[in-house]
Amino acid sequence: MSLRHLAFAAACLAALTAPAFAETNITVLHVSENPTQKALWNKIAADYNAEHKGVNVQFKYLENEAFKAKLPTMLQSDDRPELFYSWSGGVMQAQAKAGFLKDITADIGSAESALSPIAVDAFKVDGKVVGVPFEVGEVAFYYNRKLFEKAGVKAEDIKSWDDFLGAVKKLKAAGITPIVVGAGEKWPMHFYYSYLVMRIGGEHALADAKAGKDGGFKNATFVEAGKRLRELGALEPFQPGYLSTKHTESAGMFGDGKAAMDLMGQWLLGMQAPNSTSGKGLPEENIGILSFPIVPGGKGQATETLGGINGWLVGKSAPPQAIDFLKFFSQAKYAQEAAATAAYIPVVKGAEASFTNPLMKRLADDLAATTYHQNYFDQDLGPAVGRVINDVSVAVAAGEMTPEAAAAAIQDAAEQQ
Amino acid sequence: MSAIQTTYVEPARRMSANGWAAVVIFLPPALLLFTVFVALPIAQAAWFGFFNWDGYGRPEKFIGLKNYGYLIGNATFNRSLVNNGLVIAVSILVQQPVALAAALMVAGRIAGAAWFRMIFFLPYVLADVAAGLIWHFMFDGSYGLSSVITGALGLPPYYLLADKTWAFSAVLIVILWKYFGFYTMLYVAGLQGIDRSLLEAAEMDGATALQRFWHITLPLLGPMIRLSIFFSVVGSLQLFDIIVPLTSGGPFETTNTMVSYLYYFGITRMRFGYSSAVGIVLFVTCVAFAFGYRRIVMRDD
Repeated sequence: MSLRHLAFAAACLAALTAPAFAETNITVLHVSENPTQKALWNKIAADYNAEHKGVNVQFKYLENEAFKAKLPTMLQSDDRPELFYSWSGGVMQAQAKAGFLKDITADIGSAESALSPIAVDAFKVDGKVVGVPFEVGEVAFYYNRKLFEKAGVKAEDIKSWDDFLGAVKKLKAAGITPIVVGAGEKWPMHFYYSYLVMRIGGEHALADAKAGKDGGFKNATFVEAGKRLRELGALEPFQPGYLSTKHTESAGMFGDGKAAMDLMGQWLLGMQAPNSTSGKGLPEENIGILSFPIVPGGKGQATETLGGINGWLVGKSAPPQAIDFLKFFSQAKYAQEAAATAAYIPVVKGAEASFTNPLMKRLADDLAATTYHQNYFDQDLGPAVGRVINDVSVAVAAGEMTPEAAAAAIQDAAEQQ
Repeated sequence: MSAIQTTYVEPARRMSANGWAAVVIFLPPALLLFTVFVALPIAQAAWFGFFNWDGYGRPEKFIGLKNYGYLIGNATFNRSLVNNGLVIAVSILVQQPVALAAALMVAGRIAGAAWFRMIFFLPYVLADVAAGLIWHFMFDGSYGLSSVITGALGLPPYYLLADKTWAFSAVLIVILWKYFGFYTMLYVAGLQGIDRSLLEAAEMDGATALQRFWHITLPLLGPMIRLSIFFSVVGSLQLFDIIVPLTSGGPFETTNTMVSYLYYFGITRMRFGYSSAVGIVLFVTCVAFAFGYRRIVMRDD
């Protein structure tokens, strides 16, 4: 081999190995199917990679159920993601307790002061920061303005649970299906049970039950919430066959104008059109938003909100660049872009001003003004107890289980943990 | 006679000398694979079954036989067992006779037999999940086939999948539809293996078609029937991928099988100790059946 050949070979080898040595790969595992969100995230990653030589941030998608099932194994392997999607709550606490999350309290410093404190607190375990939130959501009633008008129901007049039941009766009398619910997947029904618990028991209801006060989940609040849910179910307000309806089907039915209301998270706005028969869904000016009514005599306020808090958790072996990327990600300009494109409701304070979509703006304003925000019960409690809440919500609404038995079933599940 | 025997025995002895070499060369890889991918996971599942474990970190909360205790008297699990039994009963009492009848029709050289065989076999080729999804829409009372039928009869829409008494019959219908073609094929193969001259001889002796079927075809098909029943029972015990898209175990947990129970009440709830315990129950059931059936029913095959 001549010297020239050798030099050439050495140059090739150097060219091949050099970037591999310098490159720090950061994988961000997520479950979002929303194209607007994904486009924004990919853009943020590209911006970061362009500014930081030698770091390669990559968003990777995994289907929701697959993500949940695979994550425990992935975190224990060498293939673990540096950053990954989380709903906070019970699963996050289990991950932290098992030592899979990095304590980033010192690294993140004051970078989170610009974020909503509710969301920041949701990503603390025993006072230590383990992740950074990016999104909050709100579950509220979406209603079809035309159908409300047809039945002579005024949304502004629905303040209390009794007003709400009155509206349901009026809609039914007008031959309109009052509510659509994807009870085949159960969790959509647990929003009713959760909100009733919040409106009856106030902000401490869930925390007290978790702590086992007054019989834990068997306490009066949970039983009363079950009774109210059955009161609604007894009016037969749901679409026929609701027990086998899937979530996407229910969104389509709302988009088709087959029912007047849907108690759902903000993603319904993105789902109602593509899942409708025509593919067009309801025009947004025909959709209104209604906060969950207060229950007379209850401790909860109408300004208390239920909804998801999502963020990125940091794996235990993540390099410092991963935390640096989270700071980069949390910049106001990206939050404003998320708001402007209605990709999601960002947690950066003041971003609500950038919403142009009036429905999303309404939700963002609610969340900015919330007096207490509660994560989804099934996420807060973790899957072992959370899924029992989902099961009993459907069974109670359908009259298949008594409110007392439902409360006892939740308590049983909590004790088996 | 003895000469023939020695010619049979001799190569067998020589083989056994070579056989040892074959055992030494071929057994370790197979044994290793079997141990790593079959035996170890089963042992691990048995071990996890004694813990209350959410899948994160190591199982630490030892709870003895409590996971098995939760299963005893659990209404949902009992219902899953009953459902598994129903699937087995319908497979044996309805699916197998229908498959055999279809096989008798298409095994002969009638016009279009090949087409019918293909049509019968088509559902089997379809992925289970796709079949479940398709039937979920078919049973839909507002848009599906079910709405066409109720509409034609002037009845109010009927939502079979939301009816807690009858929802499981939807699962049974899909299973019948999906797998009878597979058994038809098995029986067609079995029928083609029957010596025609036997049937012709019987016909010459004046046996009726029914007599020929009862005394010749059926006994000669025996091994195939016993094998089909074996497949259908083991398949029924493992039934899962049709349930998830079709009913998700609902309404009110009335359409679970053992495996979907394991998935919905163990894995999706991150109760890995509990799901391991269910898995062990399922495993013991399958093994007991497989060995028992082979020993007792298939011993002559």
